[in-house]
Formats: sequence, C-alpha cells, structure tokens
Amino acid sequence: MGRKLLLDNIGVEGIRYYDAYRKHGGYRSVEKALKTMTPEQVTDEVKKSGLRGRGGAGFPTGMKWGFLAKPAGVPRYLVVNADESEPGTFKDRYLMEFIPHLLIEGIITSSYAIGSNRSYIYIRGEFAWIDGILEQAITEAKNNGFLGKNILGSGFDCEIYVQRGAGAYICGEETALLESLEGKRGNPRIKPPFPAVKGLWDCPTVVNNVETIAAVVPIVNDGGDAYAKIGIGKSTGTKLISACGNINKPGVYELEMNISVEEFIYSDEYCGGIANKKRLKACIPGGSSVPILPANLLLTTAKGEKRMMTYESLADGGFATGSMMGSGGFIVMDEDQCVVKHTYTLARFYRHESCGQCSPCREGTGWMEKILLNIDNGKGKMSDIDLLWDIQRKIEGNTICPLGDAAAWPVAAAIRHFRDEFEWHVLNPEECLKKNYGLANYAKPLEIVA
Amino acid sequence: MVKFSDSKLKEVEQIIQRYPEGKQKSALIPVLHLAQEEFGGWLSAETMDYVASVLNLQPIEVYEVATFYSMYNLKPVGRYLFEVCQTGPCMLNGSDNIIKYIFEKLGIRPGETTTDGMFTLKTVECLGACGYAPMMQLGKNFREHLTKEKVDAVIDECRQKAAINN
Repeated sequence: MGRKLLLDNIGVEGIRYYDAYRKHGGYRSVEKALKTMTPEQVTDEVKKSGLRGRGGAGFPTGMKWGFLAKPAGVPRYLVVNADESEPGTFKDRYLMEFIPHLLIEGIITSSYAIGSNRSYIYIRGEFAWIDGILEQAITEAKNNGFLGKNILGSGFDCEIYVQRGAGAYICGEETALLESLEGKRGNPRIKPPFPAVKGLWDCPTVVNNVETIAAVVPIVNDGGDAYAKIGIGKSTGTKLISACGNINKPGVYELEMNISVEEFIYSDEYCGGIANKKRLKACIPGGSSVPILPANLLLTTAKGEKRMMTYESLADGGFATGSMMGSGGFIVMDEDQCVVKHTYTLARFYRHESCGQCSPCREGTGWMEKILLNIDNGKGKMSDIDLLWDIQRKIEGNTICPLGDAAAWPVAAAIRHFRDEFEWHVLNPEECLKKNYGLANYAKPLEIVA
Repeated sequence: MVKFSDSKLKEVEQIIQRYPEGKQKSALIPVLHLAQEEFGGWLSAETMDYVASVLNLQPIEVYEVATFYSMYNLKPVGRYLFEVCQTGPCMLNGSDNIIKYIFEKLGIRPGETTTDGMFTLKTVECLGACGYAPMMQLGKNFREHLTKEKVDAVIDECRQKAAINN
C-alpha cells in the first residue's frame, strides 16, 4: 500500500468539517509556517520538494512562486485553479468535496509564502454544490482564527473567496481564468506579461491548481526534502490520478510516483483490471489532451522498459511512442471501443470549448470534428486521414494558448497509432456502422507515421 | 418586470464585497447565475439589461459574457433541465444510450423541450464526473452511474416534485 499525503484521512468520519480535520493534524502547516518560518523559508521548502504543478503542465511550483514580482504597495494574489474540466479528470473535485480544509490550509500557508492577503478559488460553474462546502470550510477556518486579520498573532492577514465559473473549459488556462474572474469572456491573454508580473487586475498573481496547493501542506509539515524522497527522479511526491473508462474500479487514487502503469491498471488496490474481463486496447493517461497510446506502448516503452506512473516515464519516447502525465486523467479503453469515435467526441469537445480568438483553433477544431464524424459514419475518404493530419499540424503551436495543441494532439496520436483503424472505416463504410474494429494487432508496435 | 428582491439585492451586494473597490465587474458571472435562477432559468435580453444596470455596466459587457459561457441559457428551458454529458469517457460508458433512452421516454432530442414545458434535454461536454459515468447535471447536482432505471427514477422524481409545488 503506497503512502498517502493528501488523502490519508479521507476515510475519517466528519473530515469534511473543521473539528475532525483539526483533530487529525489539520492546520499544523499554518502554525509551523506563521510561527517559525519566514515566507522565503516556506518557498524554499516548496522548491526543495520538487513539487510540479498538478494541473497538467507540470511546471515546478517553487520556481513559479519565485517569478512573482513584488513591487512595493501593489497587492499580490493567489488564485486557485479549480476549473477542473479536462475530460478524464475529476481529482480536484474529490479533494474539495471530501477534504476541503486541506485546500483551505494549503491556501493560507501558500499565501503567507508569496505575500498574498486575498485569494480566490475559481471553481468550475457546474460544481454548484461544492462552492457551499468550500464556503463552510472558510467560515470554520475563520471562526478558529486561521483566516482573517492577524492570523495566530503573526501580523499576517488572509481572506479567501470562492468564485464559480459558468461553463468554459478554456477558463482552466490561467490567463483565461483571470479574465473570467474579472467578469469577462474567458479569452486567454497574450504572454508575456505573465500573471506573475501582471495577473488579476494587473497585479502580480500566482495561479496554482487545487492539488498543487494541497500538496504544500505535507511539504511544509514534513519538509521539502522528505517530500522529494518520494517518487522517482523529478517526479517527486504523490499524485492524484482519476481513473475512468472501462476498468473495474474507476475513482481517484493517490499514488507514490514509483509504480508501473501495469500495476496501476491491474492491481486490485487501484483500477482492478479491465471491466467485464475484456482486454486492454488503449489508454489516454493524462487527460484527453495528451496522446493516446495503444496497449503495448502504454505498458512498455519503445525501449522495452516497463512504463512507470511518473512524468518522465509516461513521456518517454516523446510523442512518437510516449504520452504525458498531464492532469492525471487516466482514460482506459477496452477491446470493444472505437478509437475513431472516441477521437471524434474529443474533437467535438475542443470545437465546443475553443474561445474563437485564434483562427487555426476556431476553424481547425470544427473541420477536424466534421471529418472525424464522417469517417466514424462510414462517409470518409482515404484522403481525409491525411487532411486531418495536415489540419492538426497547422493548429499545433499556432495559437495564443495551449488549447490549440490540446485539440491537435489527440487527433495526431490517434492517427499515429491507429491509422489502420481509420483506414478500415473508410474501406468498410457499412461494416463500421455495425461493429467495431476491435483489438487488431495492437499487441505489436505499429509503424510510426512521421 | 425583472427586478431582484431586496434579499437578492443584498446577496448581490455581498458578492461585490468579495472584490477590491472598483472591481465590481468581477461580480458579473455570479450575478448572472443569480439572475438565471431568479428569472425563469434563462437570460432574456431584459434580464441581461437589468443585470447591467445593477452592476453599472454597459449592456454589451453583459451580452458578451452571457453568450460565452455554456451554463447560461439564452432561450427558455423546461422546468427541469437534463444536461447529459457526451464526451469521451461518458461515451465509453454508454452515454449515447442514455440520450436515446430519454428520447424514447420523453420524445425530446438535444435542445428540445417537452410540450408541457416540463423537461429540456441538453447535451453537454465533460462535467468532470468521468469515473461515475454516464452522468447528467440536474439543477445544482450531478446524477451519476446512470442506467435506464435511474433515468426513470429521475423523471418520476421531477414529476412528483412538480406536482407538490403546483
């Protein structure tokens, strides 16, 4: 059984509320930081921990904090990105719903480190029952002296507010999130300037994911070095993985980043194997944006090594034969699933969520959706497959924000690894409506399309 | 006429307090949620104009936001809105069958409302409940692990609630 740093007390009765949370060691990090550490020391521990942003990009958190501009007389803000919308990802929701004080505690400690007196949790609008849970946790923390003015007599003030979005995947992109928090459309900003210099209301701002901020709690409690000892290489600490699709035990798992993908899928401690005794066909290991991998490349890297649940191992081989840890949204597909149809639903998702600012993304996502729908319905042409490839290539890297890349990668990877399945749809326009392509030869590596 | 009650206006005031002085435009998204709840489950031009006046904004600032976010309904919807997720992970777990079943039961396709004005079906993109698929949003809550039986139960529940409230 792996160590748990975030969810160790998730089974404790009443852990959603202050009393039980406090009784089980809650708010120690605030006491430790405010009473015995300087803000710089807290930041140093986070740097030492090697913690990487848990929202998807995996950028080192301590370094991000280090970039924050600190002009005199200008307020700084900590904004928590709780706009969890990446298909396959539902870990932050779990954390906020069942152990909300962990997030509140992390915000207070992190705010102290970066010198923010006012923090906003931007939560996706559809989580309409969770804002109340967070508000209650905030009130409890305030009533117990952990929020408000002069916390624990340290002279540090901190307030936390919850803001609900209204349905827009793009607001998970940090500058779109800030626009939305300012009451505007969620159009990503051109960078630079980065939020660390010009963020919320043009003030220096740190935007961090829910899980990232929660991880600051064990880092401050036990020290950055202890955290860094968990995991492998630059994948330090524990990671929440939300597993879904055709598995026996979908759900949110906290794992030390030192187990293999195979163990994660087949062990009863985690996913419990493929549902209905079927075989594994493919998996998108890090949220819908990251490349899909066929079973063989998922379990073993192209070099023949066991693939591990770490940032580096999941990315091993680059996009040719690897994928990404991303947000930890682990989508598993069994032998009866259709890669073309699944890719179509993702293309439709990105078309729906494109903000429309950049032409390659606004137009390209719609074209990809239409072409994929045609192929899935047996109305595709062979040349459509190359056209899809061409379109995704022209979106990638040509947009203000990473949504363009996120829309291009799933299409590219599906063609790269499952081209024969696309071709089968084109060659068998009637059959493809009645049955699925199946597992075919994905047990063997396929030739890579350049 | 569209107008918040005094208690709702107080709520608006509290929302504005969350932001530094002069940044009350930030209240727009929460206040639009409030307006949609208060004024029939959708945002008419009249409602949007009213929100603009409450927050001291130009109407265009409200329109451009209301049309951007998918949770705001710009057309009237039924009393109960079934928002069924259809993105990849839900599709893998049979969301197509749920959408088809709702059509069989209620005779509505995505975007349509039953003639009695009771139910509207809307397909939505990923709501972050992929491990509990297939799912839909109903009001402020999620209904997860949907089956035909569960859909039946939800429909009955709505009808009963409506009967009590009438």
